[in-house]
Amino acid sequence: MYDIRKVVIIGIMAFVSIAMLVRLFCVQILDNSYKLTSESNSRRKVVQYPSRGLIFDRNGKLLVSNQAVYDIMIVPREVHEFDSVDFCNTVGIDMPTLRNQFKELRLNIRRRRASSYKPSVFLKQVSGENFAAFQEKMFRFPGFYAQRRTLRKYEYPAAAHVLGYVGEVNENIIKKNPYYVQGDYIGISGIESSFEEQLRGQKGVNYMMVDVLGRSKGEFRDGEFDTAAVSGQNLTLSLDIELQRYGEQLMRGKTGSIVAIRPATGEILCMVSAPSYDPSLLIGRDRSVNFPKLSSDPLKPLFNRAIQAWYPPGSTFKTINALIGLQEGILTENSKYPCNHGYSIGSFHLGCHGHASPLDLRQSIQHSCNGYYCYALRAILDAPKFGGVHNAFEVWKDHVVKFGLGYKLGIDIANENRGFIPNAAYYDKAKGRNWTSLGVISLSIGQGELLLTPIQLCNVAATIANKGWFYTPHVVHQIENAEIDSIYRTKRYTEIDTAYFTLVQDGMEAAVWGASGGTAHGAQIPGIKVCGKTGTAQNPHGKDHSIFMSFAPREKPEIAITVYVENAGFGATWAVPIGSLMIEKYLTGSIRPEREWVEKRILDAELITMPK
Amino acid sequence: MSNYSNPYHKGVDVTLVILYLLLVVFGWMNIYAANFNPETKVFFSMDAEYFKQLMWVIVSFISIGIIMLVDSKLFVEIAYIIFGFSIVMLVIVLLIGKEVNGAKSWFSLGPISFQPVEFTKIGTALVVSRIMSRYGFLFDMKSYVRLFGILVIPIALVLLQNDTGSALIYFVFLLPMYREGMTTHILLIGVFCIICAIASLLSDSLIVMSVSLTICAIIIWHMFNKKGAGIDGLITLAIGIVVAAAFGAVVYLTGNPKLLPEYVPLASAGAMSIFAFFRSIFRRIPEVKTIIVYLWATIVISFATGYIFENVLIEHQRTRINILFGVEEDPLGAGYNVNQSLIAIGSGGLTGKGFLEGTQTKLNFVPKQSTDFIFCTVGEEWGFIGTTALIVVYLAFFIRIIMLAEKQHSVFSRVYGYCVASIFFFHFAVNICMTIGLMPVIGIPLPFFSYGGSSLWGFSMLLFIFIKLDTDRSELIR
Repeated sequence: MYDIRKVVIIGIMAFVSIAMLVRLFCVQILDNSYKLTSESNSRRKVVQYPSRGLIFDRNGKLLVSNQAVYDIMIVPREVHEFDSVDFCNTVGIDMPTLRNQFKELRLNIRRRRASSYKPSVFLKQVSGENFAAFQEKMFRFPGFYAQRRTLRKYEYPAAAHVLGYVGEVNENIIKKNPYYVQGDYIGISGIESSFEEQLRGQKGVNYMMVDVLGRSKGEFRDGEFDTAAVSGQNLTLSLDIELQRYGEQLMRGKTGSIVAIRPATGEILCMVSAPSYDPSLLIGRDRSVNFPKLSSDPLKPLFNRAIQAWYPPGSTFKTINALIGLQEGILTENSKYPCNHGYSIGSFHLGCHGHASPLDLRQSIQHSCNGYYCYALRAILDAPKFGGVHNAFEVWKDHVVKFGLGYKLGIDIANENRGFIPNAAYYDKAKGRNWTSLGVISLSIGQGELLLTPIQLCNVAATIANKGWFYTPHVVHQIENAEIDSIYRTKRYTEIDTAYFTLVQDGMEAAVWGASGGTAHGAQIPGIKVCGKTGTAQNPHGKDHSIFMSFAPREKPEIAITVYVENAGFGATWAVPIGSLMIEKYLTGSIRPEREWVEKRILDAELITMPK
Repeated sequence: MSNYSNPYHKGVDVTLVILYLLLVVFGWMNIYAANFNPETKVFFSMDAEYFKQLMWVIVSFISIGIIMLVDSKLFVEIAYIIFGFSIVMLVIVLLIGKEVNGAKSWFSLGPISFQPVEFTKIGTALVVSRIMSRYGFLFDMKSYVRLFGILVIPIALVLLQNDTGSALIYFVFLLPMYREGMTTHILLIGVFCIICAIASLLSDSLIVMSVSLTICAIIIWHMFNKKGAGIDGLITLAIGIVVAAAFGAVVYLTGNPKLLPEYVPLASAGAMSIFAFFRSIFRRIPEVKTIIVYLWATIVISFATGYIFENVLIEHQRTRINILFGVEEDPLGAGYNVNQSLIAIGSGGLTGKGFLEGTQTKLNFVPKQSTDFIFCTVGEEWGFIGTTALIVVYLAFFIRIIMLAEKQHSVFSRVYGYCVASIFFFHFAVNICMTIGLMPVIGIPLPFFSYGGSSLWGFSMLLFIFIKLDTDRSELIR
């Protein structure tokens, strides 16, 4: 009944088959460009490595660029007899090395890590001259060819922690991310890591036809399958490399950190972690030698103290306690508390240094009075309006956290530490449910359980300078052809009224300039209204940490800075001069002649106590 | 040359069996070649794919032996049971299956993996045959509902497994249905829909819709005219033009972004078809109604293509389609498979590089070289001669099955034969076309060639149930 339909169905099948045959005839017979026989020609996939994005500082100074090196590649199957002495001389190695390389290659082929049909790296990072010599004689060494790679080149031996370093990918990365293959480079720390995707660009591929002697016979199918490499995007950092270098010089012979932020934008101007290292030590082949040395150094030069170390904030934290007291209506501008060489209640005594008594709020900051803040914190925590010390403590903690403390700030460098701000539940566990305000009295002067990273403290300085808000600190100012993440363009507010910041700023100004004395007199720079607060933090590792937190000029803050010098003693002794030299250098471009002795004293100071 | 003295072999179609064996042996050789590693020069390894495949060949032969012992009538009886069982397996694999390449469609028992969808094809073929072989079967509404109802179950489950390629296979049952008397319009509408979809992807759906609308309007006018109702035809055309103009003006003048320009042909088609529909009933010209169905099918497909493409398909499916039509180029990314595959096939030339001499299909230039892209190995090592031979053998295989199917006395056997031929053909066409860049990459195996035990086993069963039915071709199996 439907006989014709049988024919239609067979017809469909025949039609499809014929279409296939026509296509196959085109591909296999007519189109000669696919023809590669194993004897005469072969197709070689040459990966085009893009140059990694350059990195500039805020003034457009080049910090990181690229240098070309060449890997000598080998396709074992295509290797014929060659003059090995000539080869060694050309690429600059000796015979034992050559023998060793071949031994390793054979081993890798046996372990299926390399293939005799596919290119593998034979010699890594041959210099430009050797490459030129090799390129000329390449036809004498069938099966070998050179592949261009780029390594980083650092223009300054500074800012190693910010920049981070680049290294070869490992098995884990390759497994997780198919973009990378054996021998590729990837940013491992610092902005090299956090901006890897922008910096790396996009690899390209050229398919080349080569004859048995490895000579190029032109592009395969006129480059139809080729893709061009796309260079990485350049980055402009907010870092001021001169300030960074100066900071690193000042911190030589000390351990600690300097962080400076431009309050109006949240841009990080410098981020010094001492001791540091020359980033050039970790380039290419040198990395395998230097990295173990650096990582076994007891002073931990690879550790980025600016964002990873946590320290007690010491007296700098009094500013925050003052602000919380003001905001909650516990303190006023005129609140006075007595100080009799400290704070005593019952058998408890927390000492203070000599100064007039009683003090008001401004003076308490000016003179960094411990007694004042013992009273103040207890007044906050025991205020009847909160209904109990637990609730009061949570209110206090919420205010503190709003300053960007206790959690990662979210800067654009990985491995930031979050610091530590205790909450009421923490003390319930540590001290039992019935703890009192006296039990946590150390918090009033920035001791006890409080821990901040230097960048967090610097951000507090910036927040005070801005009178109540900050931008999340960041080092990348500009990405070529892209915008920086919106989180770095969004203001974050504290819950403290602007007016109260004025009072604290008064106190910080007086600490530097006060006629009746102040803790930070050493920070005076003529003509610039510097505000500052010192800190001296007791810690379990030895001598007190010397701390200084400052911003300047007061009317229109250009720089907020924090200096930590580990185990160095009073804030005023070391951190204040370092901080003020940095401010002076940044705002005026140089150091006044009459302060050169200070500079010399700092540069000459060796304050490192070797850890046991 | 049947062997009548031995009842076990009685009536077995030797030609078909020989074609089958040719395909299996050649297929296994290519799996061996694709896995052969010229560096180790190990000629036989117990844990290589070709060894496992050999085991499955033996399992298949044993299964074939069992099939040949069974009474043909049993397949009719247990059609629904096999189908039901295979559907249950599809459900179970959804729950406890293993995910391979993004599709959750594998059972895994130690070294043995099994894809139940292979089994479902057999079940579906049996059930479709059984429905259509029912006494007094007619293609009425009830039959359509029953047939498509059966097909929708495996399609839905396979789609849930995220195995789009295997889901498409079920469309191939339209061919046996067509053979049994289903209206040609369904096939033709399908063809037109595919054309419209491709055209809308390549150009603009608005243009495709307008072209389709114009052509249909002219055909309708012509139909009215032929039956002496030219006035109705003219009014239809006039309505179409007036509505299009009016609606076009509204869309253009208001500039409301919610009013897509595609609504203009939709509105015009709507107005036209309502008028033409009622006039065609009045004038008794049923063909007009058919054209209206064509009109709506093509218009809706063109309109929906863009939407489906952007919102339903997943990223990689979009890319594959774009690459096929040259909209996008990505020789190292999604286009990589096809490019490498073409290079391998092209490098084979006329005579190929010789058995085990291929370089492109070894060394992992071509991904999935022993499964979906096994055809590359054929192309590279056996050249154009080999690929032609392969295609000719396949075509002979299909035609032989269809010829045998036509000889069957019982409708069940005939329909089943067509189902078998169609399933094989679909796999063959889609797999090879994707390998040589004539179709987007859809990962389904090439029967008897692609590595994968359950597919070899499933295809063997599928075929030999037909061969068994064929031995009883003079009987009326129902």
